[in-house]
Amino acid sequence: MFAYVVRRVLATIPVMAVVALFVFSLLYIAPGDPAAVIAGDQATPADVERIRASLGLDRPYLVRFGAWVWDILRGDLGTSIFTNLPVSTMIAQRIEPTLSLMIVTLLLAVSVAVPMGVVAAWKQGTLVDRAVMAFAVLGFSVPVFVVGYLLAYFFALEWDLLPVQGYTPFSRGFWPWLENLILPAIALGTVYIALIARITRATMLEVLQQDYIRTAKAKGVGQRAILFLHALKNAAVPIVTVIGIGIALLIGGAVVTESVFAIPGLGRLTVDAILRRDYPVIQGVVLLFSFVYVLVNLAIDLLYTLFDPRIRY
Amino acid sequence: MALPGPQDGQPLLSVENLQTHFRTPDGVNRAVDGVSFHVNAGETLAIVGESGCGKSVTAMSILRLIPEPPGKIAGAIRLNGKNLLECSDREMRQIRGNDISMIFQEPMTSLNPVLTVGRQIGETLRLHQGMSAKQAEDRAVEMLNLVGIPEAKRRVREYPHQLSGGMRQRVMIAIALACNPKLLIADEPTTALDVTIQAQILELMRDLKHRVGAAIVLITHDLGVVAEVAERVVVMYAGKKVEEAAIGPLFRSPRHPYTQGLLGSMPKLGSSLTGHETRLAEIPGLVPSLKAKIPGCVFASRCPHATDLCRAVAPALEEKAPGHVAACHYAPREGAMAA
Repeated sequence: MFAYVVRRVLATIPVMAVVALFVFSLLYIAPGDPAAVIAGDQATPADVERIRASLGLDRPYLVRFGAWVWDILRGDLGTSIFTNLPVSTMIAQRIEPTLSLMIVTLLLAVSVAVPMGVVAAWKQGTLVDRAVMAFAVLGFSVPVFVVGYLLAYFFALEWDLLPVQGYTPFSRGFWPWLENLILPAIALGTVYIALIARITRATMLEVLQQDYIRTAKAKGVGQRAILFLHALKNAAVPIVTVIGIGIALLIGGAVVTESVFAIPGLGRLTVDAILRRDYPVIQGVVLLFSFVYVLVNLAIDLLYTLFDPRIRY
Repeated sequence: MALPGPQDGQPLLSVENLQTHFRTPDGVNRAVDGVSFHVNAGETLAIVGESGCGKSVTAMSILRLIPEPPGKIAGAIRLNGKNLLECSDREMRQIRGNDISMIFQEPMTSLNPVLTVGRQIGETLRLHQGMSAKQAEDRAVEMLNLVGIPEAKRRVREYPHQLSGGMRQRVMIAIALACNPKLLIADEPTTALDVTIQAQILELMRDLKHRVGAAIVLITHDLGVVAEVAERVVVMYAGKKVEEAAIGPLFRSPRHPYTQGLLGSMPKLGSSLTGHETRLAEIPGLVPSLKAKIPGCVFASRCPHATDLCRAVAPALEEKAPGHVAACHYAPREGAMAA
């Protein structure tokens, strides 16, 4: 088990290398010149050239890539072209809101979607089941920003129940922190809930057909224990897998959600960096997201062993 | 569970005119159609028949494990006089695994793969006897010892995939007997096992039956198994009971042509070596569809002796000899037994 974890962590290195190469190349190929943006409208070609040289943008592709990777290996993600702050500092400033949003969304989604899927499978074909399925389809097809604006309009503006937008750090108290995250989490979580509820329902339907469920019934086990212990534990592996894959959805959705609810997080940072061609920041953030995603997947693989004793590494 | 105690002369379980029907898109499937039998305390009753004759559905109906709908159970199933069909879901849960327990054909898939063996045995004890987790585990170890699983202390923490098929069936038996049930329903308990393991499991069931004092309803198609353990036999065909007798008379002088066919299709060990080789008899044809109402005898289409009377009028169950009933117009009564 320990050896497996070490192997898996080491295996993230080549994955990250490929991600790094990809991110770097994409920005290299992409149109738009950061030097021209910095120099402004009035600059002469000579000014632009001078700025470009000072940023090292005139060097060959491989040299630039090599230098960047070397810096990263030493723990230096580079310096923002615009703010002149280290990228790591900028990320550190923005990570709390994004992390908070993701965690609240994850907890909300799992605690809503799994029971939804279980009940839908149990009541297969009934009105409850159809309502869940309808929600799943709807949740999948309505974009995050539509849900976000609707929620903000009704819950914040019309009924004045929750703040419209913004973020309060956790250090200022649990409720002020949570209050600001509820609407964004619902907006961001809708797709995620739909996804998890669907897979939970489908897997549960299959598991409920199994012989050991019949055995549990013959033992006199109650309906709730059959659903949430005997069946759900067997259905856990596909559900956990989807929860893991869905983290990618959350990362993508966080960018939009943060814009809608004016949360000063990594998503906003990324969008701003892209608009300004601030490529050290873009590279740093994308690399971080990729790393998180790879780690989440490792965690999911390890979680399997918790639910299914037949899986051993 | 406040079940009325057994009264004198009253059977432990009596099934009266049991009808289990399933509604399907193309008509009603009469899987069990008016079956009656009883089981006395401590007795072993075998229900035999081909695949699809309704014997498993009968077993599942007793514990009301048939999903309703599409299934529908009618008639009466009395345990010590109490009609199980009138029990609430809650009452049924208290009976299942406690007063009546069940073991199934497929030991490989009947245990939950993600729960330890100990937990699965202990679960019934905690549910029905209010034991603590610790007590239940101790008792689970005892049960594993009882069903002959070595190193019970270690095994109790193992998962089903770490056990062989025979061991898993032993675990199923341990689960079934944990609460000292009055009745054990065994649905083809040995069919999926190797022959050598089959004998061990049968031996175990017989042994435990004496120790626990439970009555057994044994569902099987294997007449060898029946001869081994049963005291009385119900023969089912196409959802109906066609014959019932004590084990001796049934094997010596079967009255119904279907039973005769079943016995005739049983291979005799070593018959090809002793020079008395006889051709294995088969019953031609298949069990008829249970969706169509059959006007006459259900077995008429496959019966070598069938007449117009058989095809037109369903024979009633008649006592052909004391304690020996059969549903056949032409089955001989006692004394008039032909070879």
